Amino acid sequence: MLENLLKLEKLVNSEMSSKIKFSTIENMELLIEIDENNLIEVIQFLKSNNKCKFRQLIDIAGVDYLGEEKRFKLVYLLLSHEHNHRIKVSLSIGLNQVINSITKIFPSANWMEREVFDMYGIKFKNHPDLRRILTDYGFKGHPLRKDFPLTGFNEVRYSEKEKKVIYEPVKLEQNYRNFDFESPWEGTNYLKKIEGLKEDGKKN
Amino acid sequence: MVKKTKSLNLNFGPQHPAAHGVLRLILQLDGEVVEKADPHIGLLHRGTEKLIEQKTYTQALPYFDRLDYVAPMNQEHAFALAAEKLLKIEVPIRAKYIRVIFCEIGRILSHILNVTTQALDVGALTPSLWGFEERETLMTFYERASGSRLHANYFRTGGVHQDIPLKLVEDIEKFCRSFPKIIDDLESLLTDNRIFKQRNVEIGLVTKQEALDHSFSGVMLRGSGVPWDLRRSQPYEIYKDLDFKIPVGKNGDCYDRYLCRIEEMRESVKIILQCIANLPKGPIKSIDGKISPPNRDDLKQSMEALIHHFKLFTEGYRVPKGDVYTAVEAPKGEFGVYLISDGSNKPYRCKIRAPGFSHLQAMDYLIRGHMLADVPAVLGSLDIVFGEVDR
Repeated sequence: MLENLLKLEKLVNSEMSSKIKFSTIENMELLIEIDENNLIEVIQFLKSNNKCKFRQLIDIAGVDYLGEEKRFKLVYLLLSHEHNHRIKVSLSIGLNQVINSITKIFPSANWMEREVFDMYGIKFKNHPDLRRILTDYGFKGHPLRKDFPLTGFNEVRYSEKEKKVIYEPVKLEQNYRNFDFESPWEGTNYLKKIEGLKEDGKKN
Repeated sequence: MVKKTKSLNLNFGPQHPAAHGVLRLILQLDGEVVEKADPHIGLLHRGTEKLIEQKTYTQALPYFDRLDYVAPMNQEHAFALAAEKLLKIEVPIRAKYIRVIFCEIGRILSHILNVTTQALDVGALTPSLWGFEERETLMTFYERASGSRLHANYFRTGGVHQDIPLKLVEDIEKFCRSFPKIIDDLESLLTDNRIFKQRNVEIGLVTKQEALDHSFSGVMLRGSGVPWDLRRSQPYEIYKDLDFKIPVGKNGDCYDRYLCRIEEMRESVKIILQCIANLPKGPIKSIDGKISPPNRDDLKQSMEALIHHFKLFTEGYRVPKGDVYTAVEAPKGEFGVYLISDGSNKPYRCKIRAPGFSHLQAMDYLIRGHMLADVPAVLGSLDIVFGEVDR
């Protein structure tokens, strides 16, 4: 298994030497890093080359590294049935950067890119139908970004008065408690904050 | 005189009984022929991936039960495998057997539900009445092992939560002896049934190439004649030591997929029987105290066990930096977890690859040109569960 992966790594590196920034095998999985401009060529090569034949796109995963210069990372997971290989292709992009859509190569990328757009706000060029997919109609913000709060901004309820479902800003009866158990010996930040609040004479 | 015709827009769902959950399908109809289908999903979106980022690895596991809620343990399996791969720990052999037994029970659970509801969608009521009785029995097995019928939370990183009772093994074996007869009964109702065949043969055809292009997996792929099963091609746990066949379809229509599911149930029964026959004795979870909690007896006697217990249930275990993708052959197809760890006790990112997501995506292409009455038949054979599609 490892031999095959090494062979594949060598092949990809030699054929696409100018386009691959970095490649590694970790946990028996091959990861290649590319530049965002070369995405189409690399994916096309991986799909059509006889020794690769990655003919199935498994998934596209977005990752948010808040605070880094190129904030988002996209990971394309591909599978080859013929050679029984998997490969991960990753690329980093900044906020507001537009990336090429691969729907022409893999039709199934359509919804996967829509999901990335919905969750992270990454826009795809030449995508046939870039709409939100999982969130509500008229939703604002991109929930999987690290700066999006877990509780969200709006909550929904049925209003007896207006006889319809209405949206309101989130109001929590109890403070959201984020227990920090990374260092249980030092106590949690949460408790310290409450002490601070009491001094100001405010209630939670 | 030529009459002008206008196409009709029809909302199918989100509260339609044949929509298998909360699917809103906007159909554009020309008479009775479907011109275009636009599935609107997300009505059951709960933000599982976001929630998992806030929880420790142990706390994240129960969310997987709630994805594909007809075969909960198969999902847990994918996450447990991903965490184990990052931690580089080995699971005791008994735990592997128990996991396989319950994964195959999950497969039977899911396939019974799918086959019988698909029959229900095309007008046959009896199969679902017969099938659900068996599902009930299987769910009591879940209950006796984990304490709950549905949301088991039974698999843990490094093994399973508790050992299974002796009597349970006997009962599962007894069930496996009697269940093939039930499959025969179901088949006698459906396989040669004229109405069932008229509704399913040559409906929702998928060619090999299109199945690959649309990222199909599981029965959807095998029904079209691609012999691909992760249990065989990328074996995990003990699947490579087991003897089982992989049914492959020929035509890629709804009927072939139905036949594949029926055969897979028979194979699952065979796998369970093999596991029961060879079930070894021994520990059921990793003995590494840094990862799996100590047992009750040690807790009373050993200070070290007490410390481990406290640390595990407050901080949880830390997982080394890195990223892995692990996939299991869930009843519906390839269920994968792409896990990124930053070295802390919580996952940095956990992308869930649900098979139903890409299957439903192909709905527009599958249904175009079919009659309106074929929509439930195709939808039924896609085996959609909204828990996993919407996440």
